[in-house]
Amino acid sequence: METPSRNVMVFIEARHGEIADVSRELLSAARRLATELDGEVEAVALGHGLGAALTELGCHGCRRVYYIDDSRLAHFSSVPYARETARLIRKYDPQIVLFGATTMGRDVAPRVASELRCGLTADCTALEIGDHAIKDVTFSRTLMQIRPAFGGNIIATIVSPESRPSMATVREGVMQLDAPDDFLPPATVMTEPCVLEDDAFLTEVLEVVRQEKAVNLPAAQIIVAAGMGAGDPDSLSLVRELAKTLGGQVGCSRPVVDAGVLPKEHQVGQTGITVRPNLYIACGISGQIQHRAGMAEAKRIIAVNRDPQAPIFSIAHYGIVGDVREVLGRMIKAYKTKA
Amino acid sequence: MGLRMIVTVKQVPDTHNVTGEAMKEDGTVNRAALPAIFNPEDLNALEAALALKESVGGTVTCISMGPPQATAVLKECLYRGADDVMLVSDRRFAGADTLATSYALACAIRTVGNYDLIFCGRQAIDGDTAQVGPQIAEKLEINQLTGVAKVRHADDESITVERTVEDGIEVVRSRYPVLVTVTGSANEPRTASAKLVMTYKNIGKQACEGAYEEAWLEPGVCSAVSHIREWNVESIGADPAACGLSGSPTKVKKIQSVVLTAGESQQVPNTDAGIAGLMRELVEENIVG
Ligand SMILES: Cc1cc2nc3c(=O)[nH]c(=O)nc-3n(C[C@H](O)[C@H](O)[C@H](O)COP(=O)(O)OP(=O)(O)OC[C@H]3O[C@@H](n4cnc5c(N)ncnc54)[C@H](O)[C@@H]3O)c2cc1C
Repeated sequence: METPSRNVMVFIEARHGEIADVSRELLSAARRLATELDGEVEAVALGHGLGAALTELGCHGCRRVYYIDDSRLAHFSSVPYARETARLIRKYDPQIVLFGATTMGRDVAPRVASELRCGLTADCTALEIGDHAIKDVTFSRTLMQIRPAFGGNIIATIVSPESRPSMATVREGVMQLDAPDDFLPPATVMTEPCVLEDDAFLTEVLEVVRQEKAVNLPAAQIIVAAGMGAGDPDSLSLVRELAKTLGGQVGCSRPVVDAGVLPKEHQVGQTGITVRPNLYIACGISGQIQHRAGMAEAKRIIAVNRDPQAPIFSIAHYGIVGDVREVLGRMIKAYKTKA
Repeated sequence: MGLRMIVTVKQVPDTHNVTGEAMKEDGTVNRAALPAIFNPEDLNALEAALALKESVGGTVTCISMGPPQATAVLKECLYRGADDVMLVSDRRFAGADTLATSYALACAIRTVGNYDLIFCGRQAIDGDTAQVGPQIAEKLEINQLTGVAKVRHADDESITVERTVEDGIEVVRSRYPVLVTVTGSANEPRTASAKLVMTYKNIGKQACEGAYEEAWLEPGVCSAVSHIREWNVESIGADPAACGLSGSPTKVKKIQSVVLTAGESQQVPNTDAGIAGLMRELVEENIVG
């Protein structure tokens, strides 16, 4: 009997012809998993006119891209995307398939999992390879899908070794993007036609309104974040000023969004954005688990809080106990007068 | 004739307000101590259907899968204006992951019969997976519109909605039948109508309320409740092997409470000199320019 493949497949998401960052991050993650499995990284892509962009995915360790090119797929549509993705997964039979937990990934992945009757774990924060035993049967080198559960109050490890493939979604910014390796060969793009009739295209796109985001937190190298301890106008203007002085962007905790002080695009955390900047300055943020889930991977964390017991201090590299206004004022002054 | 609408609703533990009492010593959550609530986005799904019932006309049928206590959310549906409600309850549904859940709900929806629109909340706060809606649509082989931020228009043939996507908004239309998952920003859910509460007052006496505890009792506990139909595996024509734990490909291997990772932390004094020193260090290490 032929042994099943140990390959890891990534669903490549393209928005307006551009490959989404999350897809590149997933290729980096897939490469780490494939190394442990002795498998290869491959990808599935749907769209129109993506050829050249897909070839370049080789620098992330992707060997092959199975690509369905059809003008009807230029814009996302649930049923065709799910059916064609499921068809390619059946045909190439990878052990693992990863999707971005984006509006597209969260729409298509469950539908694919339902069609293939396989397990799917949403919003994984870590993926590992390990063994799992069910009664007397040991499944070796199976996917361990780690995710917060129950409103972030617990961390669960989920496995689905008895069905194939194991599928997971991961949010943007969660997986480390490895630097592209230009010595790797370009990916082989294997183009196939779409086999669906027009009647599978059930969603009619009437209008697409592109809104440039005022903030792009995942891309920020420096983030100064305001919590409820910095939600008053005076403190907030200091947060803004510090961010501007350092060339960074403004983030915040959820209650600050709930209070209508800052828009949702600024929210860091489990139900907001996941960031991993070089520097994260948490101002008046207590550091509850749901907030930490979005920023604990920052390279340096400075916590400013007047409560020395605040949980944020336990993950901070530098802790400053004091009033936000006083500390931020000092930071701005010190930076501006730096030699 | 009007629109035939189905809404799926779930009773969930209130994970957004985990208070001290609900945390056990070892850091895990005591589910039984959490209050049971109507999953927030399912209220938006119900509201979307009720609003169309008013503007276009039609009927609203609500389905919940869960232990007998879940009749509490179905009662809430009646109080808000649902025409018909049913509880899909059977011990054999226990331990279901999203695949087995969507299978059971799809069987129940087929049992209800003809429909134009199915509304689901985008996700439930106890799992936050957003998977059940799309999986029901796949099982029923119908179209889906997910993460809907606004219902713009609906008539006898099609529905037009706004979806918020990463780089903007898209306005899309689908003919019926279609499954729509709605987000919390889709509408402002109405509260219970005092008149309807009076109409159904005899069902308010049931004791199937209180804390959230997933106890799959023998059926019949709440079936005395009038107006709420109770279905089991057989009544929805489901294959028992595809239900509950045995129909679930995903298994929970391990549960951990969340622990703080105590890194090396440096205390910086809140003085001009202390903070100037910190800023200098960051510049020297090229963390800030
Ligand atoms: C399911 C779920 C999802 C969630 N998702 C998120 C999420 O994505 N992101 C998120 O951030 N939260 C999220 N939360 C909320 C989270 O649990 C916390 O409630 C929230 O992060 C707390 O925000 P905060 O630290 O700003 O406010 P608080 O907890 O009120 O803390 C304010 C802090 O400021 C300090 N402070 C007050 N005044 C001053 C001052 N003048 N100077 C210095 N310090 C001061 C206080 O000591 C305190 O530590 C979620 C919760 C749930 C249940």
